[in-house]
Amino acid sequence: MLRPIRASIVILLLMTVLTGLAYPLAMVGAAGAIFPDQAAGSLVVHDGKVVGAKLIGQSFAEDRYFHGRPSATGDKSYDAANSAGSNLGPTSKSLIERVRGDAEKLGKGVPVDLVTTSASGLDPHISPAAAAWQVPRVAKARGLQEADLQHLVAQYTEGRELGVLGEPRVNVLRLNLALDALAKR
Amino acid sequence: MTFNGWVQIALFCVVVLLLTRPIGGYLDAVMAGRRTLLSPLLVPVERGFHRLAGIKPDEDQSWWLYCRDMLIFHIAGFVLLYLLLRLQGLLPFNPQDMAAVAPDLAGNTAVSFVTNTNWQAYGGEATMSYLSQMMGLAVQNYLSAATGIALAVALVRGFARANARGIGNFWADLVRVTLYVLLPACIVLTLFYVWQGVPQNLSGYVEATTLEGAKQTIAQGPVASQLAIKMLGTNGGGFFNANSAHPYENPTALSNLVQMLTIFVIGAALTNVFGRAVGDERQGWAILAAMGVLFLVGVYVAYWAEAGGNPLIAALGVDNAAGNMEGKEVRFGAPLSALFAVITTAASCGAVISMHDSFMPLGGMIPLINILLGEIIVGGVGAGLYGMLLFAVLAIFLAGLMVGRTPEYVGKKIEAREVKFTMLAILAPPLAILGFTAIATVVPAGLAGPSNAGPHGFSEILYAYTSAAGNNGSAFAGLSANSIFYNGTLAVGMLLGRFAMIVPMLAVAGTLAGKRKAAASVGTFPTHGPLFVGLLVGAILIVGGLTFLPALALGPIAEHYALLAGTLY
Repeated sequence: MLRPIRASIVILLLMTVLTGLAYPLAMVGAAGAIFPDQAAGSLVVHDGKVVGAKLIGQSFAEDRYFHGRPSATGDKSYDAANSAGSNLGPTSKSLIERVRGDAEKLGKGVPVDLVTTSASGLDPHISPAAAAWQVPRVAKARGLQEADLQHLVAQYTEGRELGVLGEPRVNVLRLNLALDALAKR
Repeated sequence: MTFNGWVQIALFCVVVLLLTRPIGGYLDAVMAGRRTLLSPLLVPVERGFHRLAGIKPDEDQSWWLYCRDMLIFHIAGFVLLYLLLRLQGLLPFNPQDMAAVAPDLAGNTAVSFVTNTNWQAYGGEATMSYLSQMMGLAVQNYLSAATGIALAVALVRGFARANARGIGNFWADLVRVTLYVLLPACIVLTLFYVWQGVPQNLSGYVEATTLEGAKQTIAQGPVASQLAIKMLGTNGGGFFNANSAHPYENPTALSNLVQMLTIFVIGAALTNVFGRAVGDERQGWAILAAMGVLFLVGVYVAYWAEAGGNPLIAALGVDNAAGNMEGKEVRFGAPLSALFAVITTAASCGAVISMHDSFMPLGGMIPLINILLGEIIVGGVGAGLYGMLLFAVLAIFLAGLMVGRTPEYVGKKIEAREVKFTMLAILAPPLAILGFTAIATVVPAGLAGPSNAGPHGFSEILYAYTSAAGNNGSAFAGLSANSIFYNGTLAVGMLLGRFAMIVPMLAVAGTLAGKRKAAASVGTFPTHGPLFVGLLVGAILIVGGLTFLPALALGPIAEHYALLAGTLY
């Protein structure tokens, strides 16, 4: 019985050093050298300050910005230290009441992604339809032409990867940064 | 459903089929101890491991010794992981000062990762230090996956060998799989994921000031290295609470395609390893075909349900064209979310890119059924193949009964002893699933779990024990599972689901290895054609249907009709 016990302990320790320390730490080094921006979290730095991450959605409530999707991350929305979905089932009263409230506020024909919470609560994207839906509000709040905004949305719409993978999408943070840059000009 | 959705599904299937044979060939070479491309680099490392651990790689072990060593190794892994989680507050690589994990949660988590389940009653970014993630959870992601592959290969040897006493050496198998297969693949995959945007750093969480001036704390960590083995080892334990739905853990549809492929690729390739070992690759393709039939039916139903969307939301004047988007990410949409859900539960992976709890009743029923059937559709690395081969033994036994001949499978006579052990392995998980679900629906501590009311609440409980006993790890995550009751019962479910299956399975391997190989005659039932595939699928559906239909009627099926009637809970 001593032989398998010794083998267990030695193999476990060797594997822990190899796959639990050497492997991830070497990967930190290699990733930082080859893809420094992504390895550090694709952070967006603006005037020397971190304003967010390209891949992580953030909360937008003001009329002059495009809004992301509702978020179910605990007490505050878009809490990027506590990702979570609502986990409400399709026959949940809470779900249907929440959607009813949002749909009444936003109006008839609102695209479904604007009234449903994402799986992570941090979805950085909305559908192109959801962006188009918000153009009149943002244009009014900023005193801009709707056509200019439509052009901007089209510019920031990402297509399917390799032409087939995923769904067309608009990154809300990047769109809003472009919007601010447009306003400054 | 859209044309583009089906193109994505077809693309996935074609790539899996194209990879099956080459990777099967590599796995076969590695497990047989032949030289491969990586041998010059790895042979010295492998020898060093053997010498330090006192392993004699050529020593052939009987099924019982193989099993004993595997069990002792699991115990050692459990103890180390438990201690690491309990002591993480005192250890380095903990920039967020995560405190010790509570005893019941640490115990549940250690069982969960040692058994390749990766059930998570915690949120990663709010609970685990970087050290616990890397040196605790990821190590078990490697080792439990390597164990699964080793066990499948041991069973394959049982079928392939004749008049043999042993089924291989557990330690040699374990070390070889880790060094030659998992580690090199994960190094490449990690860099790919970082390129796509997955972070790989050791910094503290980043404080950002959003455009509207609010503070946002953004979790970081060595995510990519963990993600690579989490998918390839069909472990599924997320670095973050939202798992692969988190944009850091799955930033693009391309990273998503690779994640889906890595869930399936080893499991599919193992069917080819089986075919090569028994000297007829068609036997492997027949097994894969049976898996494929069940897979495509599941994909169709789940995609149909999710693409159709929630009629109760459409009735509120919402443009529902994108389908059921509650608990889904825009970059994946309904088609990929449905496809991934079927893949992750067909294999015993359990990673998610969408919240299964928010699926339509019939859409969410497919992942549940996939796990209930035993995750034999490709399955977890290794676990899928040995689960499916047990069903093959059962199917061939049923066929033998029908024609009154002693059944044979790939040249081995299937007799009473093998069938008894097979039935034990097939019936143990349902006992854990239905038994614990029944208990949880009557005791207050169990009823405190579900966050949804009505039939959906029942589905949450049923899914939890199914996921535990199936060693899957995905969840209807609304269930508040971090309680002493759920941590305890789910841990027992995970242990039963893994070991009450593995031990009888190894016994079957042992007795099969000792039998002589019967030459095929005109009376032999061919097991590489469509008739056998149909028989196998039929046996699986009959066993699954008889066992679980009543429970499904109380959960998703009842909810489906409630939904049609517009009933809310």
